[in-house]
Amino acid sequence: MTPRSTEDRLVGRSVARREDPRLLTGRGRFVDDIALPGMLHAQFVRSTVAHAEVTAVDLSAVRQVPGVVAAFTAEDLGLGDITARLDRPLTEFVPTAMPVLARDRVRYVGEPVAVVIARDAYAAEDGLEAAKVSYAPLTPVTCEDQALAEGAPRLHDDAPRNTLVDVSLFASEGIDAVFAAAPCVVHVDSRTGRQNALPLETRGTVAHWDDREEQLVLETCTQVPHQVRTVAARCLGLDERAVRVRVPDMGGGFGLKCVVGREEIAAAAAALRLRRPVKWIEDRKDALTASFLAREQHYDVRAAFDAEGRILGLDADVVCDMGAYSCYPFTAGIEPLMASAEMPGVYKVPAYRVRGRAITTNKAPTAPYRGVSRPQYVMVVERLFERAARELGLDPVEIRRRNVITDFPYTGVNGITYDPGSYREALDLCERTVREEGWYEKQAAAAAEGRHLGIGYSCFSERTGYGSTAFAQRKMEVVPGFDLSEVRMDTSGAVTVTTGTMSHGQSHETTMAQIVADELGLPLAKVKLHQGDTDRITYGWGTFASRSITVGGSAVRLAAAELGKKLRRIAAARWDVSPEETECGQGCVRRRDDPSMSLTYEQLAEIAYLKAHLLPKDIAPGLTGTAAFDVFNDGTFSNATHACVVELHEGTGQVEILRYVCVEDCGVAINPQVVEGQCRGGIAQGIAGALFEQVTYDAQGEPSATGFMDYKVPTAHEIPDVAIHHLETPCAFTETGAKGAGEGGTIGAPAAVLNAVNDALRSTGVELDHTPITPEAVHDALRRQRTLERAR
Amino acid sequence: MKPAPFRYHRARSTEDATRLLAELGADAKVIAGGQSLVAMMNYRLARPAHLVDIGGLRALDHLHTDADGGLHIGALTTHHTVETAPPDVLEPGFGVLRRAMRWIGHLPIRTRGTVGGSLAHADATAEWCLLAVALGAELVAEGPHGRRRIRAEDFFFGYYTTALDPGELLVEVVFPRPAPHAALTEFAERQGDFAIVAAAVDLDAEDGTVRGGRVALGGVAPAPVRVPEAEAVLAGGGTFAECAAAAADASDPPGDANGSPEYRRHLIRTLVQRACEEAMAP
Repeated sequence: MTPRSTEDRLVGRSVARREDPRLLTGRGRFVDDIALPGMLHAQFVRSTVAHAEVTAVDLSAVRQVPGVVAAFTAEDLGLGDITARLDRPLTEFVPTAMPVLARDRVRYVGEPVAVVIARDAYAAEDGLEAAKVSYAPLTPVTCEDQALAEGAPRLHDDAPRNTLVDVSLFASEGIDAVFAAAPCVVHVDSRTGRQNALPLETRGTVAHWDDREEQLVLETCTQVPHQVRTVAARCLGLDERAVRVRVPDMGGGFGLKCVVGREEIAAAAAALRLRRPVKWIEDRKDALTASFLAREQHYDVRAAFDAEGRILGLDADVVCDMGAYSCYPFTAGIEPLMASAEMPGVYKVPAYRVRGRAITTNKAPTAPYRGVSRPQYVMVVERLFERAARELGLDPVEIRRRNVITDFPYTGVNGITYDPGSYREALDLCERTVREEGWYEKQAAAAAEGRHLGIGYSCFSERTGYGSTAFAQRKMEVVPGFDLSEVRMDTSGAVTVTTGTMSHGQSHETTMAQIVADELGLPLAKVKLHQGDTDRITYGWGTFASRSITVGGSAVRLAAAELGKKLRRIAAARWDVSPEETECGQGCVRRRDDPSMSLTYEQLAEIAYLKAHLLPKDIAPGLTGTAAFDVFNDGTFSNATHACVVELHEGTGQVEILRYVCVEDCGVAINPQVVEGQCRGGIAQGIAGALFEQVTYDAQGEPSATGFMDYKVPTAHEIPDVAIHHLETPCAFTETGAKGAGEGGTIGAPAAVLNAVNDALRSTGVELDHTPITPEAVHDALRRQRTLERAR
Repeated sequence: MKPAPFRYHRARSTEDATRLLAELGADAKVIAGGQSLVAMMNYRLARPAHLVDIGGLRALDHLHTDADGGLHIGALTTHHTVETAPPDVLEPGFGVLRRAMRWIGHLPIRTRGTVGGSLAHADATAEWCLLAVALGAELVAEGPHGRRRIRAEDFFFGYYTTALDPGELLVEVVFPRPAPHAALTEFAERQGDFAIVAAAVDLDAEDGTVRGGRVALGGVAPAPVRVPEAEAVLAGGGTFAECAAAAADASDPPGDANGSPEYRRHLIRTLVQRACEEAMAP
């Protein structure tokens, strides 16, 4: 079937975003834009201490504050806990019960203890100040060393040494001998800062009970509407049917909104109790201190190389500081399991051993954040390659060239089968671009002037399109993977498409429509996507893990094809030919043998709905196509090489990014402009992690960042222009040939930036392996060089 | 991040404002552009019971030179007004003010924030406070007992505290003499952040030769400070590098998450030298 000739196809074209007209004219509708009659406002009394027993919660004065309507403790609401599980033995995984409101124990500064409901957000905050919570302090556990120490205070009684996950997924036989005999062994000890994924739209919800539908309606900004429904129903003791989660426009998520928050459940409980709509909008201070954080990990990794720079083995110990609780549905296992499974990455690593742990500390809990462990382990592995190149006197690009996977499919030491990619081609093109732009000459010229230019690369692939099979290997209690879609044509020949994925900025209204429009031969304007409504969409796993276009986009295409089949059956019956003798295209079904014979979709829709008596008995009225799509292998790997050129300023220690080049391959790009937007945004977040953002905690567990003055999200001033080159290795088993494109930018950037900084520091003998790199750290390194020079 | 309850008063004149401030006492705060105060109120770090809004007092929004060559800037003048002032108003003597504005926050902040608000708020790293000290400005306060002029060096007492009495309103800042060889520069991790260290110099030069000058630093003490040791180097004919080194040696900056004392001293050296060079650049 060729519904659209090649030149007319929408897939592969940067068609204008369907979302933009409303968003750019201020007519988008976000959670905070929702106002319902009689709506009340919720804010949360939050723990002021990091670790304590709660001895009393007295809200009597709160209820006297003008404007306050109600205030509830955990005891008042009596809600179930949020508990995420893995199907693993207790020696490998310890679940944590996260109460919606803290009961007898608080485990981080900012943990919700009570909810105050008031006529407006101002009065709600006045109410917070009147709450009296009594604490019996316990020793806070604020860092890895404390958490893992013998006899450390326990956050959760079932978790000795505060270890929630301890899994050794791989241990190649004879690996110790490999390291003992290797001519070159390099080591990296790296810590990455705790970050906030920082969607500009903070979390929020509007909850109300609909008497007519006998439903709790939860309008909430989430990446995973059905999972929020499940948790809300369980915590509140409702049937899932009796909860409807609807998602309005979203201002980002980046993973922070792919877990279920406690506040939205508490707001819903208050709405049920009061039988009035309740709105909760997280403010920035709570978003930075009491929401979900991410990224804080510690890698202790060795790599063995032969004399020619071929990697012989990788030996890794990974500790992820997950904060106070496991997030639902992913659990604290998500970070160490991701790192353990994927670390060999784009390289042919023959021997591999890894231990991955998740520890719990008295800090805000963590959620997956764009990249999930990959920004960290890619950074570590890429540092190892740079270090080995130095030791062996090899060019850092050449050593990668000798090790990247070039023959596909390739099954790695980690048991994962990599589908075809352009690892070598991306590396070559990226290096060539940097070379042709003259950066190596500029670097040499700068060095002659005593300036410090550095060039750094990172190579990586990114597993996307995880199906149920791949997710099942994680042993989550609930196994995400598939997606469902329904494409319905109305009597005018226009179609409505549902997807279980949930765009929170990724342009699905445009890209999914491009896929359907091509499949049926319809103009884009005739296709409308519906997402984010648990009543309209049978089931969905939402959007995370770069799964939307790969899995959701495939389901959408299959459903459109099903609808096309039905249209052809109806037309074929009219002509008394077999459906195989017909084809869809340009808004109609035609006869292959005589293209002048055609029936428009409108005509066919009229038969299907308004003149059903004309249908043969074996064709049911109505025009819908439904499909499920799942991936039954290890998924599909996008890949990229990034290059970064920096100058270090001796006077201030500032790292200035002079150039950034990204060569990426996400298979068929449905909409190249959307892919480039994903790359640029991802790279900005990767640079943020490498150079700027960090939430630190003091010894008492008090977080440092309460606003954008302390949490140094980079601005347009700090983020360079990014040159993007596309390669295209189509995926063989997604319906469109697309691979995921959501996370790559974030994965590659920290490694490229760090390698560039270290390249610029080459003469100092100092290597910086922890992020974020501060100007002071760079200054210290450069000063050391000056001291060395003076000594000479 | 919603402020605690407060009462709002709109001043109809300067006299009205000072009367309100005198009446309402220590529980009242003046609000102009609100770029610092509102954020502090939203965090409930500041909880004034009364806000006296002087935003409507257009008489305080002015920028002009006097017969003696001094420059008068009304308290309600925005940073953006100074940044975009016609060249003939500020050049050649006060171009430093225009050039310094780019260091203040971001454009939306500069279009709302006011010169008087910044001076009266007295953040230790604020550009206007540093300029006032470096250029020897005088601040004009109006209170129930009339007007008085306060020298900048006597105005800033430390973190967010000034010589203003309760009931007094800052109405104007006067830069008494042109500063054709002056510059302000600073460093922060991000453009628009409060400086980790800021430096401003006002050099006395004849025919391209520096005879002396004033050197002031922000971010190294609770208030902007002049550095006599560095000024002595300039007066003695020392180089900019020697002046910068003297400024670094003479300073005892604090350490915090943004930098250790040692790092800040290094920044002082870098920034004083840069400011001197920029001040003498053609």
